[in-house]
Amino acid sequence: MVTITLRYTTRGPASGHAPSAIVGVVASGNLEVLLERALPDTVCAVEIATPVRGYDEVWQAVVADFVERTSPGGLHISINDGGARPDTVALRLMQGIRMMEAGR
Amino acid sequence: MTDMSNQSAASRDSASWFLASARDRLAGLLDPGSFVEFLPPSERVRSPHLALFDLPAAFDDGMVVGRGRLDGQGVLAAAQEGQFMGGTFAEVSGAKLIGLLRAARDNPDLPRTVLLLLDSGGVRLQEANAGELAVAEVMRAIIEARSAGVAVIALVGGRAGAFGGAGLTAATCSRIVISEQGRLGVTGPEVIETNQGVEEFDSQDKALVWGVTGGRTRRLIGGSDAYALDTMAGFREAAVSLLGNPSPFDLRTLQAEQDRLAARQQRLGACDSPAALWATLGVPDPGAARDMDDEAFAALAATVKGTDHDAR
Amino acid sequence: MTLDEILASLLPAGHDVLVRPDRLILGTGRRRDGGAVHVIGIADGEPLGTAGVLPLAERVLRVIAAGDGAPILVMVDTRGQRMARRDEMLGLNEYLAHLAKCLLLASRHGHRTIGLNYGKAAAGAFLATALATDVLVALPGAEPAVMDLPSMARVTKLPEDRLRALSRTTPVFAPGLASMTEVGAVAEIWDPQRPLDAQFEATLANVPDQDVRDALGAERGGRRLALDVARRVAAQATGRLHAAAS
Repeated sequence: MVTITLRYTTRGPASGHAPSAIVGVVASGNLEVLLERALPDTVCAVEIATPVRGYDEVWQAVVADFVERTSPGGLHISINDGGARPDTVALRLMQGIRMMEAGR
Repeated sequence: MTDMSNQSAASRDSASWFLASARDRLAGLLDPGSFVEFLPPSERVRSPHLALFDLPAAFDDGMVVGRGRLDGQGVLAAAQEGQFMGGTFAEVSGAKLIGLLRAARDNPDLPRTVLLLLDSGGVRLQEANAGELAVAEVMRAIIEARSAGVAVIALVGGRAGAFGGAGLTAATCSRIVISEQGRLGVTGPEVIETNQGVEEFDSQDKALVWGVTGGRTRRLIGGSDAYALDTMAGFREAAVSLLGNPSPFDLRTLQAEQDRLAARQQRLGACDSPAALWATLGVPDPGAARDMDDEAFAALAATVKGTDHDAR
Repeated sequence: MTLDEILASLLPAGHDVLVRPDRLILGTGRRRDGGAVHVIGIADGEPLGTAGVLPLAERVLRVIAAGDGAPILVMVDTRGQRMARRDEMLGLNEYLAHLAKCLLLASRHGHRTIGLNYGKAAAGAFLATALATDVLVALPGAEPAVMDLPSMARVTKLPEDRLRALSRTTPVFAPGLASMTEVGAVAEIWDPQRPLDAQFEATLANVPDQDVRDALGAERGGRRLALDVARRVAAQATGRLHAAAS
């Protein structure tokens, strides 16, 4: 298993009040994303556990793009990857932040 | 919170059970917003064994447990994620269910109904011994909970079905709900084929697989107590219909089950195909019964002797 | 030890235990104090199917109905559940669960149930018999397993020698008595060099009144998490209750 840890400074915090959300399933071609509102407003940390080696740069690119677009400050994001394609990763991240923003 | 929060109630109700994730099933089955999870993903109670096989773990180990409301009534609930490692029983996933059952057993103030959303091929081979033991402990805990007056209702309708230890677990419950898509058995078709040859079981023959282990056969033979449409509303309706008055776990019930199973062996033991089985059960046109829609089938099943009983 | 040798050492005061043509074991033995021991089981590695369950379950139910409180010994040498289309179609899952339920009911009615694995024991048949008892003991040479290693290799798509190597580092999946003892399934291994009846009486005197297998697994290190996870879930289930009530 490979562990990738990424850290970002964001423009501001993710909106909404949901303390946490989970999206996706650990299965072939899929992934599970746990989002927790646990960090300072302009910090976003992403941890990825994946059985697939050699894709560090792809992960960095997908996650950086997500962070730039959504400004998910305050969120600690943990991913268990089942071998998902980059577009599936991007989809789950977007689904995740939507759930965080919609929550009470 | 799940992906379903943006849909209308009507479209949520008609969503497929078969295709849904464990969390979506709980959200679709229980009263909106009522589910509270125990040991949620944020607690990160993962399998300590999967890394040895270079396999990814899940934050809930494929088992979601908690409490909620079903049609206004308090219930405890557990759901297996069939898409994660085949929904298998393993050290952590099994222990979560056991904890829930033992809590129900020991605390008369907790809800007196446990809903078990099964979707499992059995025991996780990478943790085989822990998984097998978990099944044995679950079966014992179900019996202890039933003896304390708790109803344990199995809901079977996912892609993995309920095979191996999950099949035995289902048959330890007070009641079983199954859909057409659901399957209940012990040895999976592929394993029978590998061990005994394709003449014994052609695992690629879907009609055969569902004819032998599928929801309609199970309903007709008395192997399930309610038949559900493959929707959230369908399973909810079926589960609600089984609430209240579960059969007690006692000598009389097991003696009745002995009689039921002996009679079944006697009456149907010579049948070598699903069609022969259904015909012997009194289904006038097995082919038509296989193809008719769920409502028609449910009505037909109600006319077949032996589908409904209290002997479980 | 052969089955006859086991029975002779276990029940020296006498027994009428026989193996039927279908390899089912049925009979009664006498303990040193004169009390009875009811014996059921499967011999010669015979698979357990729907037909095999019925006589064994019926015997257990008769014992419960008679209410003599005598212990029930479940002797197990089976290669697993019968793998046949017909048994599956008949609902083998219900039959196997039924046998387990009968044994669990017997225990609740005061009949201590002891499983003795002296040969093979696998998968669904293991669950229906040996694993449905109050305490499971084994004799050296017993082969309890969920699945044999070659089949496991096939299903998991891993090379067999890789599985074999991994099985040396953890007891959590490998077949065999050592693994099954370490995870808490097998409580103790009897010594065939000493009289079995004395060991049987000692086991009987120490039958736990609740399921202690996860505690055993924690103590022995084979299952370090199970007991704790179950306790944490139960605590959360009841903790929330108290929070709501206050």
